[in-house]
Amino acid sequence: MKTLLVAEYRDGKLLGSTYELVAFAQKIGAESSMFLVGSETVLPQYDGTLYLADSSKYGEFNPAVHKQLLLDVIAREQPEMVVFSHSSYGWDLAPRISLALNAAHISEVVEFVDGVPVAPVCNAKLRREVKANTVQTVVSLQAGAFGLSSDPVGSPRVERVETDTAPQIEFEGYEEAEAGGVDLSKAEVIVSAGRGIGKPENIAMIEALAKSLGGEYAASRPVVDSEWAEHNRQVGTTGQTVSPKLYVACGISGAIQHLAGMKKSEFVVAINTDKDAPIGEVADVLLVADLKQLVPVLTEKLQIL
Amino acid sequence: MKILVCIKQVPDMESKFKVNADGRWYDAADLAWRMNEYDEYAVEQAVQLKEQVGADSDLTVLCIGPERVKETMKKALAMGADRGVNVADDNSHQKDPFEIASIIAEFAKEQGFDLIFTGMQSQDRGSAQVGVLVAELLGLPSISTIVDFSYADGRISAKRELEGGVKARVSCATPALVTCQLGLNTPRYPTLPNIMKAKKKELLSVELAELLKVEGKQETSKIYFPEKKGGGLVLEGDASDLADQLIQILKEKTAVLA
Ligand SMILES: Cc1cc2nc3c(=O)[nH]c(=O)nc-3n(C[C@H](O)[C@H](O)[C@H](O)COP(=O)(O)OP(=O)(O)OC[C@H]3O[C@@H](n4cnc5c(N)ncnc54)[C@H](O)[C@@H]3O)c2cc1C
Ligand SMILES: Nc1ncnc2c1ncn2[C@@H]1O[C@H](COP(=O)(O)O)[C@@H](O)[C@H]1O
Repeated sequence: MKTLLVAEYRDGKLLGSTYELVAFAQKIGAESSMFLVGSETVLPQYDGTLYLADSSKYGEFNPAVHKQLLLDVIAREQPEMVVFSHSSYGWDLAPRISLALNAAHISEVVEFVDGVPVAPVCNAKLRREVKANTVQTVVSLQAGAFGLSSDPVGSPRVERVETDTAPQIEFEGYEEAEAGGVDLSKAEVIVSAGRGIGKPENIAMIEALAKSLGGEYAASRPVVDSEWAEHNRQVGTTGQTVSPKLYVACGISGAIQHLAGMKKSEFVVAINTDKDAPIGEVADVLLVADLKQLVPVLTEKLQIL
Repeated sequence: MKILVCIKQVPDMESKFKVNADGRWYDAADLAWRMNEYDEYAVEQAVQLKEQVGADSDLTVLCIGPERVKETMKKALAMGADRGVNVADDNSHQKDPFEIASIIAEFAKEQGFDLIFTGMQSQDRGSAQVGVLVAELLGLPSISTIVDFSYADGRISAKRELEGGVKARVSCATPALVTCQLGLNTPRYPTLPNIMKAKKKELLSVELAELLKVEGKQETSKIYFPEKKGGGLVLEGDASDLADQLIQILKEKTAVLA
C-alpha cells in the first residue's frame, strides 16, 4: 500500500507528530512519501521523498492554498491512503482533501485491527470499526496512538512544490498561552478537578486534598472554561502535560484530550460516580464514589496521619 | 444578516450505553438526550451576533434527526434562534459526515447565509468533519476550532485554538463558516419567559428525500466496548472505608506518604 504522510510545521519548527505518521506507515507495512509546508532548514529525518512547499511563501495556516499544494502532490503520487494527524492542522485540512478526492475520511483513528481503522465513540466509552467504501482513503490519527518511529534516520529526497492559488483566509499571527503561575510539570502530586465537582466553591475541597498530599491542584478543561480555575492549571492537549508520582482525578471522565496530558503519571487514582468512565482505563485505583463525600473525608484522614 | 447554526442531539455522555441489536451503533433506548456541547457554543455565538446586528438579522437553527431532536431544537429557540428546521431522519446515526454535510449544504445553498456556525465536533461520533465539509461544498471560507469570535463590516476575526494552549489569529470576509470549540463563550440558560416565547416560534420539518442527493463513503461495521486493560482496582463502598483503603494503597504502592 502507498501512503502519503502530511507532516506539520509550526512557528519555525517541525512538529514531533511527523514521526508518529512515519511510525504508523511502518506499523501497517506501507510505503510512504511525505508532504510538508515548511522550510528547507528544518527537514525531517526521513528516508523517502519529501514534497516540500515553502511556508514563508504559503504560510503556516492557509487552508485553500495548502489544499491545492497537497492535491497536486496527490495527483502525482496517487497514494491509496493520505495520512494526517488528528490535530488542529489535520482536522482542518483533511476534510477539504477528502471531499476533493471523493474519498472516505476516517477521523481520530486509534488503531488498525486487521487493516480496519478503529475510532472512539461517546467520549471513548465505545469503539467502532469503520469500513470505507472508496478505494482511496484519508485517515487522521489520534495523537500518541501509534507511537513514535524508532530512531528517525535518513535525509529525504526533496521535491519542491508550488502553486498560485489565492488564499481565502488571512493569518495574523500566534498568541502564546499566558505564562507564569504554577508549573505543574514539577509537582510530585497533582489532584485534579473535573466537571464532576459541580460548582466553583468545590475547588477549595480539591485544593485542600492537594495540600494534604503535599501537591498542587489542577483541572480539566470545562473547569477552566467556566473560569473556576486558571488556564495554567489545565491538564491535557490544550493545557499542560504532567507526569507526577501521583495523579488524583476527581470527577473527570477521562476524555482522550485529558488523558493525553496525564497518562504518564506514575500512579493514577480516580474518584468517579460512574464505574464505566473511561478514566478507569488509566487508573490504578478507581474509587466509585461521590467526590463531595469522599474528598473531605480523605483529606481529614490524611491530615492526621 | 442571515445566520445558520447547525446542531446535533447527542446522548448524555454519562449514560449507561448498550450496543444495539445489529451491533453497529449504541442502543437509543433509555438514554437522556441533550444538545451536543460544542453546538451550545455555536448557538450562543450566533445569538450574540444576532443581537449585535440587531433588527436586520435572522437566525435559523438546523438539526437532522428523528422526532425527539425537536426537544433539543426548542432549547436553541429559547436561547434566541428565530426558527428551527428539522430534517426528519430516523436513521441519521447511520449517515456518514459527508452525507450529513451534503444535506446541510443542500438546504443552505440557495438561502444566502452570511454566516454558518457549527460545533467543531459531535460528542458521540466525533468526526470533526461536518462543518468544514459544509463550507467546502458551498465554496465558502471556513475557520475551524475557534475560541474567540468577532464580526465587523463584513469581516470576521477569530482565534483558532492549536495544541498546548497556543492560538492563531485569523480573519476572513463573509459569507463564511466557523466551527466552535469549547470555551468560546458562556452559553446562556434559557429563561422561563424565553422558553414560553420559543413555543410560538416556527419549527418546520423538511423531508430528507428533498435534501439527500449523495451516497455515503463509509459506514460503521461494528461497535463495541473497549477491553478494560491495565487491570486497575475498582473499589466501591462507604466513603470512610474507601478513604482508609486508599491511604493503605498509597502507603504500599507510592512514596508520596513517606
Ligand atoms: C481539541 C480539543 C482539545 C481539548 N483539550 C482538552 C484539555 O487540554 N484538557 C481537558 O481536560 N479537556 C480537553 N478537551 C475536552 C475533552 O474532550 C472533554 O470534554 C473534557 O476533558 C471533559 O472534562 P471532564 O472530565 O471534567 O468533564 P465530563 O466529561 O463532563 O466528566 C465529568 C465526570 O464527573 C463524574 N461525576 C459527576 N458527578 C460526580 C460526583 N459527584 N462525584 C464523582 N464524580 C462525578 C461523571 O461521572 C463524569 O465522568 C479538549 C477537547 C478538544 C476537542
Ligand atoms: N445530525 C446533525 N444535524 C445538524 N448538524 C449536525 C449533525 N451532525 C453534525 N452536525 C454539525 O456538525 C458538527 C460536527 O460534527 P461531526 O463532524 O459529526 O463531529 C456538529 O457540532 C454540528 O454542528
